[in-house]
Parts: sequence; C-alpha cells; structure tokens
Amino acid sequence: MKHIDEYRDRELVEKLARKIGKEVTRNWNIMEVCGGQTHAIMKYNLLQLLPPEISLIHGPGCPVCVTPIEMIDHAIALARLDRVILTSFGDMLRVPGSISDLLTEKARGGDIRMVYSPLDAVELAASNSEYEVIFFAVGFETTAPAVALAIQQAKKRNLNNFSVLVSHVLVPPAIEALLSSADHRIDAFLAAGHVCAIMGTHEYLPIAEKHRLPIVITGFEPVDILMGIFHAIEMLEQGRFGIKNSYSRIVKPEGNQKAQDLLKEVFVEEEREWRGIGPIPLSGYILSDGYSNFDAVKRYKLKKGIAADYGSCMAGLVLTGRKRPSECINFGTTCIPERPMGAPMVSSEGACAAYYKYHRSSANLQ
Amino acid sequence: MNAKSTYHLSCPIPKTEYEHILMAHGGGGKLTRQLIEKMFYSGLGNPILEKGHDGAFLPSIKGEIAFTTDSFVVDPVFFPGGDIGDLAVNGTVNDLLCCGAEPLYISLAFILEEGLLMENLWKIVCSIKKAADAAGVKIVTGDTKVVERGKGDGIYINTTGIGRILPEQNISPENSCEGDVVIINGHIGNHGIAIMSARKGLKLNTHVKSDTQSLSGMMMDLFNKVPGIHVLRDPTRGGLASSLNEIAQSSKSGITLYESSLPINEGVRGACEIMGFDPLYIANEGKMVVILPQESAQKALAIMRSHKEGTESRIIGKVTSSHPGILQMETTIGTHRIVDMISGEQLPRIC
Repeated sequence: MKHIDEYRDRELVEKLARKIGKEVTRNWNIMEVCGGQTHAIMKYNLLQLLPPEISLIHGPGCPVCVTPIEMIDHAIALARLDRVILTSFGDMLRVPGSISDLLTEKARGGDIRMVYSPLDAVELAASNSEYEVIFFAVGFETTAPAVALAIQQAKKRNLNNFSVLVSHVLVPPAIEALLSSADHRIDAFLAAGHVCAIMGTHEYLPIAEKHRLPIVITGFEPVDILMGIFHAIEMLEQGRFGIKNSYSRIVKPEGNQKAQDLLKEVFVEEEREWRGIGPIPLSGYILSDGYSNFDAVKRYKLKKGIAADYGSCMAGLVLTGRKRPSECINFGTTCIPERPMGAPMVSSEGACAAYYKYHRSSANLQ
Repeated sequence: MNAKSTYHLSCPIPKTEYEHILMAHGGGGKLTRQLIEKMFYSGLGNPILEKGHDGAFLPSIKGEIAFTTDSFVVDPVFFPGGDIGDLAVNGTVNDLLCCGAEPLYISLAFILEEGLLMENLWKIVCSIKKAADAAGVKIVTGDTKVVERGKGDGIYINTTGIGRILPEQNISPENSCEGDVVIINGHIGNHGIAIMSARKGLKLNTHVKSDTQSLSGMMMDLFNKVPGIHVLRDPTRGGLASSLNEIAQSSKSGITLYESSLPINEGVRGACEIMGFDPLYIANEGKMVVILPQESAQKALAIMRSHKEGTESRIIGKVTSSHPGILQMETTIGTHRIVDMISGEQLPRIC
C-alpha cells in the first residue's frame, strides 16, 4: 500500500538500525511522547533492533489515560440522566471511573453511543431534537480541531440540545512539566508528529533550549521512529540541543493554520488535572466565552469532584516514564485488559496495554 | 438441479395480501400456515421438510455424527456480498466441516420482527436456498416466531447442523504439533470490513465484499485426498488471531505467523489503517485455517487452489514447540512479537 509500505520496509529499517548502532557510544534515555508511537514500537518490536545503550521510555501521550477520574465520573452522571445520549470515542467507554465505567452504564440502560467523529454526535443531536446529546471530548491537539468544528457547526445550526464535556489536553505543557521535575531521566524527546502537524513546531524550541536537550518531531511507522531515534542520538552524541523535524513529509513548521484558528476561536487554555500526574498549568482546553453555552459542565452544573488517585496502580509512574509497565506488581496479574486497574491497560494508546498485548512481559522483549 | 431455476425473486405472498410480517404470522394460526407453505416450503422445500412434522425424520447416518448450533444477528441484514440467509447456512456448514464432517442437514429457527418486509424475507429465503444447494445440505425442519416491532432487528436466525464425521479424519485443536504448517484459503478480514462499510454512520468508502461462502466443495475434496489433517478452524468472530490463539492454547504448542505472507487485500488494509483496526482480528465467513504436517502441505495447497474458494491458499505460519500456548508473529521487518486474543469487542453484531 502506497505511503505505508515504504515506511515498513525491512531493508530500510535494518539500515537505520545499523546507522543508530554506529552512532551511539554511551547510554541514552529517549522518551517517545505519544502512545501511538509506544504501540508502534511494541507492535514492531523495534527494541529488538536497537543497541542496548538506548532505552526508550514511554511518555504521557495517551489521552484516555490522563483523563481525570472526575471527568469520567461526570460522564457517568450525565449518562444516567433521562433523555440524554452520551457519545464518545470507543476507548473512553472502558476506562474505569471511581465507581463504574461507561460500558457498564450502557449495559444498565444508559444511552451511550460510540462515535467515530464528533460531527456524528452533532448529526445525532440534529436528528434527535427531543434528546440532549453530549459528546465526551478527549484527546490532544490532534482531535481538538474536529471537536471545535463540531461545536462551531452546532452553534451555526442552533442545536441547543448539543453540548460537550471537554477534557482536551495539550502536549507542550506536559513535556515542560516532566522536565521540570528534579528526578526525570530524559535525555531527548521524540515529539508526537501528528500533534505537530496541527500546531507546528515553534512551541518546542523554547522547551528544548531551556532544558538543553533534543526534541525530534517523529512519525509513527517503523522507519519514521527509527529515523527520529537516529536524529536524537546524532544530536545527543554531538552535544547539540534544539528541535529537529524528522517527519517533514507531514509536519510543516507552521502547522495547520486553519485548524489553529479554529482552536483559538472555540477554546481557551486553562490548568488541567492529568490523571496519575497532577495539575499542569495551561495544559487543557475549556470552551471560550463565545461557545460556553455548549459546555456540559456549565449546562448541567457539574460539581468539581475529588481528584482520586490510582491506588496501588503505578499509572502515574508509567505515564511519567519513571517505571516500565512490566515493573508494576499488578501488571499481567491483577491488572489485565479485561480487568484493568488503570487506564494505561485499557487504551489503545496506553503503554501497559502495548506491553501486555505485544509482549506479555519484559522477558519477551529482546 | 440448477439452483437458479427453482425459485425467482418475486415474493410468493402477493403484496396486496400482506406486505409486512404481522404478529399473527407467528401466532400458529392461518397466517403462520400460509407463511410456512408459501414462503418456506416453496423456497426451501424437500420431502423431509414438507412432511410438516414437529421434527424431521432423518435417514440413519453411519458412524459418528457432528452436531452444531449457531445464531445469526448480523446488522445490517443485507450487506455487500451476502445477507443473513446465506451467512446462516454457510456458517453452519463451515462449522460442521471444521469437525471433519460431511454437512447433511440444517434446521432454521426464525425470529422475525413485526413489520419486516415480506419481500426482504423472501430475498433471505432465496439466499438460504442457494447457499444450501451450493453446500449440498437440506433444510429439514424449522420454526417461526414473531416479536413486536422494536423488539428485534428485522430478523434473527438460529440454526442447527448435522453432519457425518468422516472416520478417516481425526480433527481436533489439540492435535497441532511441531512441524505442522498453517494454511489459509484466502484473504482475511473481508467480511468484517464489508459489514462495517454497510453500517450507518461509518461512511467507509470501500468496495470490499463479504467472503461468506460454503467451503464444502473444497474441504470435501481435501478430506478425500489428504488424510491426517490435524486441525481445522473457521476464523469468524475474533478473526484469525483469536482462532490461532485458541489452537495454540488447546494444543499447548506455539504458532508463528509470517506477517509478510498474510493475504490481506488493499481495501481491507486501507479500511483498517483508517479505522485503527487490525485485520488479524476482523471476522471472516468463508475462510478455513488448515493445520497439517509439513509433508502434506504441497498436496493440500494444490487441492485447495483448484477450488474457487481456495485459489489464494497459502502457508501463513508454522507450529513450533518454542513458545507453548502463544501465537507469535514474525513481522515484516523481521522482529517478533506476540499476537494476543482480542480484548473486548472490535465490532459487534458481525454475524
């Protein structure tokens, strides 16, 4: 398949792995930010090709994983209301809240529907005027523009029965928060290519310069990821810092201006709680004044809950790269995808799910 | 008998009479009788069915009997490449074949929703007839119930199937062992993607058709010419990955899949890339996984490829003792990883 197979090419992959092996002279920790990259690394077992000096540590880029428990509880409370259709992406339905999860609520009679696009939720509102349709919006800068567009369309169409429970989070503040903690062990970042395709690359330069490390904008196929790792190692070995766009076939430095304009119009940034990590300044979106009528938190007067922790689950340590999923005592025993203790074992972007699904334990990773 | 000449697509219950299924069609009275006679006997009739007993009187079958049951709740009922009717027959036939049996008889129990178009029911009956003829099985008994509008989804079908176990074959998931090869008869994932593309709201622009088909012709030929097949499995719900995981676990042997050998057509690959699905977990309805000793592989492949259901047959993996109970994949880039059972549901109401 064109535009895919060439980035999964065995010869190219092996050539890049050899180049990385030649370049590296000492131990380096590289964090891939995005859960999509973590899954690709595990799915193709790229670790098998990397020299032992390179450790890949997995970052917080799993939107479902970092969605605060309070938001899931809000969604459950909304789904229990009469004449409400709650919609969200499939992954979100299985994540445990403090007392239940959305799939269980669906089985109990809640009208909860999985959609593939927030625009589908708008259509649902248009064709079910006697129901309130709520979209539970999670994701990074990649999914936010589609949500913004949906809200803008709902406003244009005067769909007063549509609202959004917004739990969008932003990548650069999370990187900054990770680097600001004293005990981090990150030497370089692979930044999430698709986030940069929307937002551009300019937000990452000040972070790279402040913390004097390489941030390499990286794609999601095996060749892309190895290319990102190669560029990071090259910069680290040469003592350079700054940003490098290793995914230029998709990412333009300025990003997608139309999407950015849409985000600016519909959202404003505010402090946001990250599940397992804590509050991070200016790391989430809420609706701007012009669109606040569509805010489900306001419409249903949802009260701020207690930010519950993960208990004995190590999700916080996993999400900040301090522990590998397989180092958690619950991993694969009391915590499995069918009976998850934390969101990283549920989500298709969660690091624990990637380890379990593709390797079961670190013993299977070469 | 030519299957096409035995029925035509105009419904035998005139439109002016009843355009839709009424509650009374399940009431056991005159309308039920009319439905059975005009719709089911005229579409599916054979001497055993038309005896009209409470159950079928079957001639004696020599040897062990395979007995299977299945229910079909697919949404939508009509999809690219088939409908719930041929899906029900083919699914039941293929289950019997997996037991190493010659499929003989099928029962059909319909749960119809009040308001179902009579014309659509007739289309489904025609598909059933065509599929049963192609597979060489007889519909010998049945039942019809009607539920109120809104309490069903048009039509559900439950089947049972009876077949004669072929004594020369001994097929069981525990039988796979080191040195066996894994063969599949064609492209994977077509049924699931066809259903998905037909679903409301998904707007998946693809031309993929369901692979629903009876594998009777190909498999009976294989049974007759290749003794010593170890395992057969039709990778339906949960896809190829789930079937092979079950086999690995039952036999306590390891299976290695070669990613570069997996037959996946471009439409399925494209849809999976867009939707974030893995074709290994997508349902098939006309595929058979055949596990047999390496030395029989070439003969089996030649036989399978000589049938239209198996022109794309190929070896996709091997059985090994090195990772018991685990399905492993050799990826396109030469690395290895586990292929797990599916967790949760990738897409519900697929069959």
